[in-house]
Amino acid sequence: MIMDLDAAATGSPFAPYGTPVRSRLLLGTAQYPSPQVLSDAIRTADVSIVTVSLRREAARAKGGERFWDMIRGLGVHVLPNTAGCRTPKEAVTTAQMARELFGTDWIKLEVIANDDTLQPDLFGLVEAAGTLARDGFKVFPYTTEDLGAAERLLAAGCEVLMPWGAPIGTGRGLANPYALRTMRAYFPGVPLVVDAGMGAPSHAAQAMEMGYDAVLLNTAVAKAGDPIRMAAAFARAVEAGRLAYAAGLMEARDMASPSTPVAGTPFFDLDLKA
Amino acid sequence: MTAVAGRTDVRLEIVVNGEPREARAATLAALLDELGYGDQRVATAINGDFVPERARPGTTLRTGDHVEVVAPRQGG
Repeated sequence: MIMDLDAAATGSPFAPYGTPVRSRLLLGTAQYPSPQVLSDAIRTADVSIVTVSLRREAARAKGGERFWDMIRGLGVHVLPNTAGCRTPKEAVTTAQMARELFGTDWIKLEVIANDDTLQPDLFGLVEAAGTLARDGFKVFPYTTEDLGAAERLLAAGCEVLMPWGAPIGTGRGLANPYALRTMRAYFPGVPLVVDAGMGAPSHAAQAMEMGYDAVLLNTAVAKAGDPIRMAAAFARAVEAGRLAYAAGLMEARDMASPSTPVAGTPFFDLDLKA
Repeated sequence: MTAVAGRTDVRLEIVVNGEPREARAATLAALLDELGYGDQRVATAINGDFVPERARPGTTLRTGDHVEVVAPRQGG
């Protein structure tokens, strides 16, 4: 039986834009085998924030309404995205439509530069972030580990940054741990979320051990053999990583060092004579 | 162009969600009615600019307009 540790044991709560949330696992809602599996995954992992999107709707179609009713029934915060947008203008208009549809000023801002990598267009991202922040949005920008872009996003009004772990949907884990460590060290007071590219719970734990405030993922859970169990696995990995960060990891060293005391080792004097 | 109950005798050639259409509606609100959106929860844009719900009745359509009608969907 593991002793229960309260939230205080893991440091200050994750509170994007001043809204404290319980879970540091943010979950996407796409690609699940069924709405029921999605709903069960969210419940099982006790997720506080889920990402959603918007798409063209045909007249008399009911898909959008049904999905929205299901999400609302879960009592979670929704973070709409601007997935698929390639220009600041598209992203801004999509954000405005999302604000009206979902009734939130939170927006996961994506401006995509490249179809193969889905790499953020950092120039367009900064431009759109400024426009949206001036319009009252609380922007969660999907960005890279680039410190210059990060500083410009903060200056544009972003209070949260979401660097990629690896390209969206690849499941490769943290492609550049060195850059992510640097970013964490450079912005000690800024809520940072590793977004995208994680394939296994160990990847999420690694990000949390580095001191990231939260992780955001979708495909690794949705495309797992059993998404509900995988959601639970990620939730535990995120908690374990955060707890480890709060506890303080030991420094790695090059030479072996015995963990069992040397003093009083039997036969020690005989070894010396040999 | 005069709009009687949001409709005109002129047929406008517009594009809705990427599909070319002819519409009699003079305003965006009337267009949503004409197409059968009824009370569906949707958001709208014309030519890349957001049109809030409250502005739809006063937003006049013109030939060549590109209209987007979107709804909530799963996302990552």
